Amino acid sequence: MNYFADALAWIVDPAHLHGSNGILARSAEHLWYTLLAVALACLVAIPAGWYVGHTGRGRGFAVGLSGAVRAVPTLGLITLFGILLGIGLTGPMLAFVVLAIPSILAGAYAGVEAIDPAVLDAARASGMTEWQVLRQVEIPLGLPLTVAGVRSAALQVVATATLAAYVGAGGLGRYLFLGLKTQDYAQMLAGSLLVVALALISEAVFSTVQRFTTPAGLRTL
Amino acid sequence: MRWVVDNVDVLASRTFAHLAIALPAIALSVLLAVPLGWLAERFRWLRSPLLTGSGLLYAIPSLPLFVVLPLVIGTGVRDPLNIVIALTLYGLALMVPSVADALRTLDSRVLDSANALGYGPVRRFFTVDLPLAGPTLLAGVRVVSVSTISLVTVGAVLGVPSLGLLFTDGFQRGIIAEVVAGIVLTVLLALLLDRLLVLVGRVVLPWTHQPSRPAGAAA
Amino acid sequence: MIEFENVAKHYPDGTVAVADFSARLPAHTTTVLVGSSGCGKTTLLRMVNRMVDPTSGRVLIDGEDVAAQDPVKLRRRIGYVMQHAGLLPHRKVIDNIATVPMLNGVSRADAHSRALDLMDLVGLDPKLAKRYPSQLSGGQQQRVGVARGLASDPNILLMDEPFGAVDPLVRRDLQQELLRVQSELGKTIVFVTHDIDEALLLGDQIIILAQGGEVAQRGTGTEILTTPADAFVSQFLGIDHGGRALHPQSSSTGATILVDGYGRAAGILSGALPGHTTGTQP
Repeated sequence: MNYFADALAWIVDPAHLHGSNGILARSAEHLWYTLLAVALACLVAIPAGWYVGHTGRGRGFAVGLSGAVRAVPTLGLITLFGILLGIGLTGPMLAFVVLAIPSILAGAYAGVEAIDPAVLDAARASGMTEWQVLRQVEIPLGLPLTVAGVRSAALQVVATATLAAYVGAGGLGRYLFLGLKTQDYAQMLAGSLLVVALALISEAVFSTVQRFTTPAGLRTL
Repeated sequence: MRWVVDNVDVLASRTFAHLAIALPAIALSVLLAVPLGWLAERFRWLRSPLLTGSGLLYAIPSLPLFVVLPLVIGTGVRDPLNIVIALTLYGLALMVPSVADALRTLDSRVLDSANALGYGPVRRFFTVDLPLAGPTLLAGVRVVSVSTISLVTVGAVLGVPSLGLLFTDGFQRGIIAEVVAGIVLTVLLALLLDRLLVLVGRVVLPWTHQPSRPAGAAA
Repeated sequence: MIEFENVAKHYPDGTVAVADFSARLPAHTTTVLVGSSGCGKTTLLRMVNRMVDPTSGRVLIDGEDVAAQDPVKLRRRIGYVMQHAGLLPHRKVIDNIATVPMLNGVSRADAHSRALDLMDLVGLDPKLAKRYPSQLSGGQQQRVGVARGLASDPNILLMDEPFGAVDPLVRRDLQQELLRVQSELGKTIVFVTHDIDEALLLGDQIIILAQGGEVAQRGTGTEILTTPADAFVSQFLGIDHGGRALHPQSSSTGATILVDGYGRAAGILSGALPGHTTGTQP
């Protein structure tokens, strides 16, 4: 338990708070990587997921792709892109986007697919255009599962963003690798605790968003 | 390609080390998840701590856990045992809720009739509940197996041998073929194990998969 | 008026839902398509608002081929009520009823006031307006479904086994309510059911369908009951086993009851029997 006391002392040490390698800067970097990767993945995966869910086309492809991508080790992608694109953020960012896509894609199409077919039939029979069915029925009813997908993607990226430091980018992973190199366990543990804290914050934020995006008629009474 | 041919022995030993970490972790998490999931389903007061605990555990990133664990259990940072234990914990985090869920959603009419036939509780659990929960459990095991195989590689940044060493070594020496070989082998291992699990499922849970109607059965 | 002209529906896998069906459904009356599952009745119903397009043949509304019309616009002027009301679970009752008028561009306030009138018409307490579908009973949801079907004041109302999933008491209630609403509004109703008693109760015209949309018999309830076309119709009506052959019998309490072919009591005779008149006639 000494280690934990040391780590906490390391975190609250004002000397570690500011500066380019300070906790504030590194946390901000870590958060920025996560937000950017998840946002980019959303841009690709949510429309694709809605398309698959709405049309039923490409479902087998989406399931297969998600499964295969889940098996791809992120460290492998980060190092591969690192060699190909050089040191910096681009390589790991690309890897994080790839990492985030399967969960978001699965959430988006599962949300649309889980809707009672009778509801969609009634919506079409009422004279909704395909676009209106998507916008007024499928998207709102599928939103909770879509958000759940984004939530698990965010958690994965927060966790994996520590590896960005391995190929020279920033983030809280810096403390882990620096600590590892210098046998500074307090710093390593401090970095780890900060990542865990970010992960828990992300979970808390998303569980609130999830509650908000569940349509009122579907909330358990 | 040249690199791959020249280093077949390295690839073999890395693959071997990889499996030596992944397989025990997968097996342990499944073996432990069944009783824990049963406890979570059986005792109300245990459910919330076990399920919330699983959720929180899953929120802990792998690399930090690999780093923290040796400090808690007193092994060395490069000891593969750390990775086995850490990955077992992740496996549990995925499996315990799914076991509890599978047991909770069993058809109560079937369980009622099993009780009425005179099954004792222990016998019923092993001969009725567990097989019926089989398909859900199998789906859980498949998720655990893919994610474990992939996560083992992260240990390489701490120097724990696995296919992940091909990434770190390849990156430091700038050998693209080595990194690609590592990715391909990891994906192959994951897919192979997945196929194997599906096959095991067919043998152990024959009623879930119906190739054709048994002869003589009325249409 | 709705006309079916030799319509057929074949699916790519080879199944023939409807082989060759023609019929004329007069305006302002209720036509019931009745038959067992697989007779193509729902397929025929859904051809009217182009939820299904026939493989061959034409469906005409007031002489115009529906195939020439935009399906979305067509559907917005035809009411549709389905078995499990199919309400949008994320919208309140009043918004569900207002769906079609709002799609047609009616203002929210007007659509809502219209929806409240309709709730009154179908016998729903206006207090339910702000509830969500999941907070209503099955019978109430079905009433909302009917109100939604009527919301844009369509001339045609398509009803696909609308009362099939509610319990018998509620079903009887809903059937009476529909008769009352229809006597007020006089819509052209196409009603699909597998329940012959429901057909006899609601239909001005009844079309009994065999497999593949083949017409076994069409006519009023009286015509079909008195002169069933063939053994299939008799069986469908329950005539062949004497289920509808009622004869009077005196009960121990002195009332005259009607007894069916099985000897079961089927009703009480409230008027005098022809041929049994006992004197005083006006």
